[in-house]
Amino acid sequence: MTYQLETAANPEKLRRVAIDPVSRVEGHGKVTILLDDQNKVHQVRLHIVEFRGFEKFIQGRPYWEVPVMVQRLCGICPVSHHLAASKALDIIVGAKKLTPAAEKLRRLMHYGQMLQSHALHFFHLCSPDLLFGFDSDVTQRNIVGVAAAHPETAKRGVLLRKFGQEVIRVTAGKRVHGTGAVPGGVNKSLTIAERDLLLKDVYTMVAWARDAVHLIQKVHTQDPGLYNSFGIFRSNFMSIVGHNGDLDFYHGTLRARDDNGKIIFDGVDYQQYDKYIEEEVKPWSYMKFPYLRSLGKEHGWYKVGPLARVQNCNQISTPFAEHERREFVDYAGGSPMHAPLAYHWTRMIEMLHAAEQIKELLHDDDLLSDDLMVQGERAMEGVGVIEAPRGTLFHHYRVDENDLVTMANLIVSTTNNNQAMNEAVRHVARRYLHGREVTEGLLNHIEVAIRAFDPCLSCATHALGKMPLEVELVDVEGTQIHSLSRA
Amino acid sequence: MTAPVVVFAVGNPSRGDDALGPELCGRLQKWLENQGLAGQVELIEDFQLQIEHALDLEGRQLALFIDAGHATPGPFTLERAHPAPLTGHSTHALEPQAVLEVFERTLHQPPPPAYILCVRGETFELGEGLSAAAEANLCQAFDLLCRLLVAPRLADWEAIATGG
Repeated sequence: MTYQLETAANPEKLRRVAIDPVSRVEGHGKVTILLDDQNKVHQVRLHIVEFRGFEKFIQGRPYWEVPVMVQRLCGICPVSHHLAASKALDIIVGAKKLTPAAEKLRRLMHYGQMLQSHALHFFHLCSPDLLFGFDSDVTQRNIVGVAAAHPETAKRGVLLRKFGQEVIRVTAGKRVHGTGAVPGGVNKSLTIAERDLLLKDVYTMVAWARDAVHLIQKVHTQDPGLYNSFGIFRSNFMSIVGHNGDLDFYHGTLRARDDNGKIIFDGVDYQQYDKYIEEEVKPWSYMKFPYLRSLGKEHGWYKVGPLARVQNCNQISTPFAEHERREFVDYAGGSPMHAPLAYHWTRMIEMLHAAEQIKELLHDDDLLSDDLMVQGERAMEGVGVIEAPRGTLFHHYRVDENDLVTMANLIVSTTNNNQAMNEAVRHVARRYLHGREVTEGLLNHIEVAIRAFDPCLSCATHALGKMPLEVELVDVEGTQIHSLSRA
Repeated sequence: MTAPVVVFAVGNPSRGDDALGPELCGRLQKWLENQGLAGQVELIEDFQLQIEHALDLEGRQLALFIDAGHATPGPFTLERAHPAPLTGHSTHALEPQAVLEVFERTLHQPPPPAYILCVRGETFELGEGLSAAAEANLCQAFDLLCRLLVAPRLADWEAIATGG
């Protein structure tokens, strides 16, 4: 299956513009745009440069090592992999229902991850674009620029993220490489001192998260011409939803809606995910393209993440976030909002929900309990799914009688959004690059569209000198005529 | 009690020579304990530098960032770091200079004197161990770290960094 602008008719005759890697995106991504002599866009693709080799990395390992190992897949969201793997391995050890303490401690860890990841993304990846504008001086469009021009905003971002990291530290044991979740439960509860340390600041975090929602709401609604249309495309969307259709980042059943908001499937046990989701391989990309089986490759692709989750759920269980969800839904006018820049608004609603959930949990004495583990009948296969900051994350394992992993299949959030991100980039290229000279400001429009999805294109190699930003121009004969590097 | 020196060791232990930072961190921890210096130096290991690391600089007299380098001269370089805007465009992983800048902007005071020890690596693939070349570089870098941390003084660090 190919889409408009996915494959040009005569690519050998076109000029190539490459952004490699995409700036302010985790890891290495590459966008190629094939232009003809009149700068007309003929082909646009978002590539994954590096093969991740996740499954091979995990196969052959004892299953109990996996929740710790998988944290090394991503330096930005290690907790998401830690928890998704633990949930899959709960099934393997027969822990069909965790103790209340174990589930609440895992949830607390997960909300800490959501808070710190969403805070980082908004205050330090996207607010530079939003506060300065897409065409602003490139040296201003970074955290240092934000700190200089908006010192309170930047400081709140630092402290919100720090708070989220502290939640992770007390629940996982360490800020990185934590071991809190294990198959069947967790290995530590909170001490009273740890709980009180977090309680001291959590009310401030909730207040700042509310302010952040109002900030992005203001930015969005003040320029509807841009924010409601930039990079827009219609698609299905998917997420897990919790009890009664609540927004739930940790557990629930799969629900998918079409672009008009009509339910495609609901209440699906994610142990059966492969009966509902298929992954297509395309020759030009290492990253697969998932789609809903019932709709097929052409119509079955979907988006995940905050924009999908906030519109897929029936309600949010915490009061401030639910109020903001209703404001968002009212603004959208009763039909789903598909604009990629609306991801930022919904991401802040989710950050507020995470902060409220942390506050509620910190008043629950189950966090101090020592009843942390359960076991049951051993199984050979398990699937764990959570809603990671960037979207739905699947971990699927089979183990043998020696407890070694024989099969691992991961569908990470960014893979779920693969087609959606390509569509956003194509829309922006059509609108902003068509028939013009290619400037840094125009290229940044493409990056803005990609960053809205908060993709994680590769993981956790950030050695000095490993993350250049290169722009490459190749003429119709395939000769490189210009290149830039910003590293 | 805040340790007067903070050392950030950055890298992913499962990505080939990106493990140079964590590996040096592990060796340093044992060495500091053996030398009775654990209270003088705080070690912070992470996959990558981030904005919150700026807060770990507060109250320090000296700071050292250790990372693997892709194209750095071998076996390593030691350089003074000053607050500076990002030279790249990834705020998912900040450079040491940008962490210093975030400190200055958010805490409204100059950061402590800071240095970057960049150890040359060769390969960075998932699931690989340290390359032989990186292992050799690591041994030389560890010797230097012992010299820097046995009695940390700004003048000594500066002299070593500038070849004086």
